[in-house]
Amino acid sequence: MTAVDVTAIAKSYGKVEVLSDITTHFPEGSFTSLLGPSGSGKTTLLRIIAGFVIPDTGRVTIGERDVTRVPVWARNIGMVFQSYALFPHMSVADNVAFGLAQRGVKGEPARREVQRALDMVHLGGFGTRKPKQLSGGQQQRVALARAIVTRPSVLLLDEPLSALDRRLRQEMQVELLRIQRESGLTTIFVTHDQEEALTLSDKVAILDRGRIVQIGAPTEVYERPRTRFAAEFLGDTNFFTGTVADGRVSLRNGMRIATASPLPANGAPVTLAVRPEKITVATRDAAPEDGLTNRVEGAIIASLYSGTALTYEVDAAGQRFKIFAQNRDARPLARGDEVTLSWSPDHTVPIEDAP
Amino acid sequence: MPADAASRTPPTPDRALGAVPSAGLRLPSWLVTLTMLLPTYAWLTLAILLPLGAMLSFSFMTATPLGKKEVAFTFKHYRAFIDQPYLIGVAWTSLLIGLWTTFLCAVVGFFTALALARATAGRLRETLLILVILPFWTNGLVRVFSWTMVIREGGFLDLLARSVWPDAPSLGFLYSLPAIILGLVHGYLPYMVLTCYIALVTIDDSILEAAESLGARKWTVLWRIIVPMAAPGLISGSVLIFVPVIGAFMEPRILGGPRGVTLGTVIEEQFTQAFNWPLGAALSFTILALVLGIFATFSGVLRRSSSL
Ligand SMILES: Nc1ncnc2c1ncn2[C@@H]1O[C@H](COP(=O)(O)OP(=O)(O)O)[C@@H](O)[C@H]1O
Ligand SMILES: [Mg+2]
Repeated sequence: MTAVDVTAIAKSYGKVEVLSDITTHFPEGSFTSLLGPSGSGKTTLLRIIAGFVIPDTGRVTIGERDVTRVPVWARNIGMVFQSYALFPHMSVADNVAFGLAQRGVKGEPARREVQRALDMVHLGGFGTRKPKQLSGGQQQRVALARAIVTRPSVLLLDEPLSALDRRLRQEMQVELLRIQRESGLTTIFVTHDQEEALTLSDKVAILDRGRIVQIGAPTEVYERPRTRFAAEFLGDTNFFTGTVADGRVSLRNGMRIATASPLPANGAPVTLAVRPEKITVATRDAAPEDGLTNRVEGAIIASLYSGTALTYEVDAAGQRFKIFAQNRDARPLARGDEVTLSWSPDHTVPIEDAP
Repeated sequence: MPADAASRTPPTPDRALGAVPSAGLRLPSWLVTLTMLLPTYAWLTLAILLPLGAMLSFSFMTATPLGKKEVAFTFKHYRAFIDQPYLIGVAWTSLLIGLWTTFLCAVVGFFTALALARATAGRLRETLLILVILPFWTNGLVRVFSWTMVIREGGFLDLLARSVWPDAPSLGFLYSLPAIILGLVHGYLPYMVLTCYIALVTIDDSILEAAESLGARKWTVLWRIIVPMAAPGLISGSVLIFVPVIGAFMEPRILGGPRGVTLGTVIEEQFTQAFNWPLGAALSFTILALVLGIFATFSGVLRRSSSL
């Protein structure tokens, strides 16, 4: 249970800069996700913290201790791999006991700790089995027990749930969160699955081509994406590009969109982002809802039914909108229906980088 | 979450040969099986059972059936170890040579394979592997005689030593047990490198990294993870080496000289010089029984490590 800090980390392989100038604080006991597309450098950053990769520049500190030059085995970390990486020639209990043995814990105390860790992952009765005799989900829980039984300073997980099917993955997410809360371990979790990151984390760090483009609480990064990349990577987004005119953003088609966020000076180009589920879609005759002061008129050009929800595509004076709606109405809207779209300026967020 | 949710084994589809839906024509499954196994059995008969059977019958004859002598049935060749006690000493020498050769091959072969599998990548790895296997492809006689040039008194080894220290005493050790073992290790090492290499390349990097992350240093990773996981390779390599080395005759004869009397050379003499095939055959089968006995003793160990 220690804070972890990385400071000014950079790493290149040959001419390829994999990480550049990464500085982040992982608070004690927090659950932080490193989220980004494949190749964005998540694994490399995690392996630098673990000690498998030595950064070209920068420092890694675990607690008060500068571990930049400390070998992996002396860092007191717990690590969980996507491929489980269990020792195939050892029983489940011996796998879990391995880290304890390295710390000189043997015999009865070790046996007790192993049992406690296995109970924690609901595999109390599986100690004598070989890893091969377990399912994927069970193997990953053994790997988790093995990683936490030594009470590491930091728990590092590299896409630990990616090899599991969807149902099992969701179960494991709940488990992982419970175990993290119970153990209070500072946890760094690599994933390319945005939903997983949002569900599990206290903080999400979004990586794009070797840089952390945004880091914050899940609601913060989702509701207030700072870059186009962050907005798009965390889910669907409607973008509007225009220029500032009298406190609003004026689009080329004449639409004027209000935002609750501060805007630059008149005439400056601005891109706004609105999440599809923030937009209310209603037939023209419906009464307007309070507060949704951005209103445009358009027509449905596509309607996608998926049970609990509907996805609409709307054309409004040449501007395309994507909208997610709850399946609440008596009749879903259909292609050709004339509609009014409305949403709040609170949910209209200016994007910082170029349009 | 129910812990045993996914531990149920899925129903295995019926993969029996006869159950494969063939195009229209359906043969009885025993016939299909027999047809497919026939080439294997034919080959086994031709390559193993026939020659072995011939030798086995020779071993019970009083004389080689190619000569003019009367041939009768006898067990006497199987009493050779009792009638000629010097053979026990010869067997002991062979066993020592076999054990030393296997042990040295295991140590050198394992670390060579480890270096190949872990420390190198891609093209370089393949090139090095071929270099290691090269002795395999050179003529055995050339290989062995080239060693006599190196380790005889005044050979290349001595030349090398005296180029450093002109008054060096001779390091030559031709015609000794170490010389025989050197030649055998050189010839049989590729088996061990190959079997260990195959076992080692299947070890996922992340398993070694997991051990390291848990606090294990390099030596602990080696002894607790890599060696046990490579055990099947070490064992099959040892079997592949020990068995032929026990019967080897070329290396003992050429590199051992007068010291090179082994079961292999004794048997070879029966066939090439003494023209006593029955004794040679009987000795061969005695060795075979001995080796099988050794393996049966250790088969518990073998089975445990192969059930990994
Ligand atoms: N050992 C290495 N040698 C060369 N390039 C590497 C190495 N490790 C990673 N890379 C490169 O670094 C980039 C980031 O990799 P990685 O950290 O694995 O990304 P992610 O985990 O986000 O998918 C990739 O382009 C990858 O090809
Ligand atoms: Mg990765």
